[in-house]
Amino acid sequence: MALDHGNLALLLGAFLFGVGVCGVLLRRNAIIVFMSIELMLNAVNLTLVAFSTSLGIEAQVFVFFILAVAAAEAAVGLAIIISVFRHYELVDIDRVNLLKW
Amino acid sequence: MVALQHAATAAEGGAFAPILPTLILLLPLAGALINGAGAFLWKDNRSIPGLVGPAAAIGAFGIVLANFIGWIQADPGGAIIVPLYTWMASGGLHVGVDLQFDQLSLLMMMIITGVGSLIHVYSVGYMRADPGYSRYFSYLNLFIFFMLVLVLGSSFPVMFVGWEGVGLCSYLLIGFWYENKEFASAGKKAFIVNRVGDFGFLVAMFLLFVHFGTLDFVPLLAAAPEVLIFGGSVVTVATLMLFLGCAGKSAQIPLYVWLPDAMAGPTPVSALIHAATMVTAGVYLVARVGVLFALAPVTQALVAAVGAGTALLAATIATRQYDIKKVLAYSTVSQLGYMFLAVGVGAFTAGIFHLMTHAFFKALLFLGSGAVIHAMHEAYHATHAHDDPNDMRNHGGLRRFMPITWATMWIGTLAISGVFPLAGFFSKDEIVWSAGSYGYPLLWIVSLVVAVLTAAYMTRLMVLTFHGENRSGKGVAEHLREVPAVMWIPVAVLALLSVVGGWINIPAALPLPDVAWLHHWLEPVMEPARHVMAQQGFQAAHVSPIGGGEALWAGLATAIAIATVVLTFRALVHKRYAAAADSAAPTGLGGILYNKWYVDELYDRIIVRPLIALWRACWQVVDVRLIDGSVNGLAGTGKIAGWAMSLLQTGRVATYLTVFVAGAILILGTILL
Repeated sequence: MALDHGNLALLLGAFLFGVGVCGVLLRRNAIIVFMSIELMLNAVNLTLVAFSTSLGIEAQVFVFFILAVAAAEAAVGLAIIISVFRHYELVDIDRVNLLKW
Repeated sequence: MVALQHAATAAEGGAFAPILPTLILLLPLAGALINGAGAFLWKDNRSIPGLVGPAAAIGAFGIVLANFIGWIQADPGGAIIVPLYTWMASGGLHVGVDLQFDQLSLLMMMIITGVGSLIHVYSVGYMRADPGYSRYFSYLNLFIFFMLVLVLGSSFPVMFVGWEGVGLCSYLLIGFWYENKEFASAGKKAFIVNRVGDFGFLVAMFLLFVHFGTLDFVPLLAAAPEVLIFGGSVVTVATLMLFLGCAGKSAQIPLYVWLPDAMAGPTPVSALIHAATMVTAGVYLVARVGVLFALAPVTQALVAAVGAGTALLAATIATRQYDIKKVLAYSTVSQLGYMFLAVGVGAFTAGIFHLMTHAFFKALLFLGSGAVIHAMHEAYHATHAHDDPNDMRNHGGLRRFMPITWATMWIGTLAISGVFPLAGFFSKDEIVWSAGSYGYPLLWIVSLVVAVLTAAYMTRLMVLTFHGENRSGKGVAEHLREVPAVMWIPVAVLALLSVVGGWINIPAALPLPDVAWLHHWLEPVMEPARHVMAQQGFQAAHVSPIGGGEALWAGLATAIAIATVVLTFRALVHKRYAAAADSAAPTGLGGILYNKWYVDELYDRIIVRPLIALWRACWQVVDVRLIDGSVNGLAGTGKIAGWAMSLLQTGRVATYLTVFVAGAILILGTILL
C-alpha cells in the first residue's frame, strides 16, 4: 500500500480518533473530555474527506451533517458543563455521579 | 322423550276471550315505574304515590273482576292461553311468554289484586309519615306485577320469572328500612334461604324438560300420566325438587326460618307478601302441577308430613312470642303447614280454599296489628318514649282506645281459630277432615292439636294486646287513638270477607245448604290429579280414623276451638303482666319456645359457621397464600433482579464511556474479524 495523500489522511484520522478515545477514557476534567469528543468527531470528518476520493461526493456531504451536529452538541454540552460547574464548583466527572439509581 | 305440540287447549264450553289480558300486568308495572321515578323526581310529594300506587292495584283488580265474571258467564271449561311473544326458541326448547287463564289463575288473581288493593289503600295511611313513601309504593306495585306473572305464567320458566321477582320484592321490602343493619340482614336472610329452594325449582324444571320436551303446563300435565310411571324415580325426584322450591318460598321445614325475620319490613308488607300472597305461591305451584304430585306418592306423603310438622312446630313457637308480628308470622308458617298438609294428602282444593280464607283473615290480623303498632308508635312519638311498639307486654287494654281494631281483630282471631261460621272453620275443617279421611291418622291428630294451639295463641295475642290493664307507660295512654278511616276501612272489608269467605264451599255433610262452589270451580284444574289418585286407589273414607262422620268432627272441632278460646281468655285475662322493660327472660319450656326451639342457633352452628370457616380457609390459605403468594413471588423476583442490575448504574460518566468504547470495539471487532 503506497503512502499517498489519501492514505496519509486516513492514518492521521485514525490517530486523531485514537487520541480522542484516550482522552475521553483517561481524563477526568469534563472540558478535556468534551474536547476529546470534538477531536473524535473531526477525526471522522477527516476520514470521510479522505474516503470521498474513492466513494464520491456523498462522503463530503456527511461532513457537513457532522459539523452541524457537532456545533449543536457543543452548545448543549458546554451549557451542561457550565451548569454543573455553577452547582458543584468543579468539573471532575468522577465526582459528578448523580446519574444513578 | 315425547315431542309435544305447543298449542292452546281448545275451548270446550262457551267462547271466552280474556278481557285486556296484558293490561292486568301492565297497570301494576306502570305504577311501579311511575312511583320508582317519583322516588327521585318528586321525593316529598305524598299525593302522587298515594294515588298512583292504589290506583294501579285497584285498576288491575277491576280488570281481573271483569274477566272473572266473564268466565263465569261464558264458562269455557279448559285453560285459555294468551300468547304474548316467543321468549326462547332453541332446538327442542320453545318458551313463550304466554298467559294462562283458567279457574285457578283467575281465583289467585282475584286474591292477589283484591287483597292487594285493600293493602295498598291501608298503606296510604300507614306509610304517610315515611320518607320513602314513593319508593314503598313502587316496590309494592312491582310485587303485584311479579305475583301476577307467577300465577298467569303458562310455563315453568315464566312462572319462575314471577317466582324470582316476588322474591326480589320481598327482599326489597323486608330491608325497606335499610339504615337498620338488622333489618337489612333479615332481607338478605330471606333472599339466601330462598336460593336453596330455587335450586330445587330449577333442577325440577330441567328434569321435566328432559322427559317431556316442553315446559308448558297444559301439554306437560296432559301427557304426564302416560310419560311418567306412577311412583317412578323421575317423577319422585322432580316433585321432591319442586317441593324444595315450595318449602323455600312458602316457609316450610327446613327453610321456614326466614319468614319470622321478614317481619322487619313494614306491616302492610307482612300482610300482603308474607301472609296473603307470596308465601302461598308454593301451595299454588303444588296445586298447579297436582298431577305430578299425584303420580309421586312418596313426595305426597313427605309434603303432608312436612306440612303437619311445620304447622305443629310453628304453632308451639307462636304460643310464647311477645312481638305481636312474630306471633302472626309463626301463625302464618303454621297455617301454610296446614295448606301443605292438605295438598299432600291429595285434597288440592282444600289447600287452595285455605289459601284463600287465610289470605283474608291473616291479612286482616296483620293489618290490625299494624294499626296497633301505628297507634303505639304515634303515642310513643308524642311522649318521646323509646319502648318497643311491637311488644305485646307494652300493650294491654287497647280495646278502650281502638274499638274498631279490637272488634275486627277478634273476628280474625275467631276465623283463624276455626269458629263456626267464619271462613277459617270451613277451610280448616276440610283440611283436618281430609287428613283423617285419606288415611293419615297421625297427621290428623297433629292437625287437631295445631287447631287447639292456634286458638290458644291467637286468644293470648288478643288478651295481651287489647284486654287487661294498659302497660304502655306513663302518659302514653292519653295519646293512643284509633287509626284513621283510610286504615280501618280496608280492615273492615277484610273482616267481612273473613266472615263470609268460607261460605263458598260448605261441605255436603253439614246440615247446611250444600254450596260446593269452589270444588265445582276448581274441578277442571284438579280433575286430572284426582283421576290419577282414584286410579291408584286413594279414596277418601267417610269416617275418621277413630270413627265418627264429617259432621260430627266438624261440630267437635268448632266446639274445641270455642272452648280453647274461652278457656285461654279466662286464664289469661286477669293475669298481671310486666312491661317489656321490667320482664325477665322466660325460662324452662317457655324459654325454649321463646327462643324458637333454638333452630336459628342450630342452623348457625351446623351451616352458617362451618361455611364461614370454609370461606375463611379459602381466603387465608388459597387466596392469601397460594394466589397472592405466587403473584407477589413473581413480582418479588422481578424486584430483586432489577436491584441486581441497577448496580451496573454507577452514575460515573467515566464508567459509561469505558463500557461504551469497549462495546464499540467489541462490535466492530466482531464485524471486521
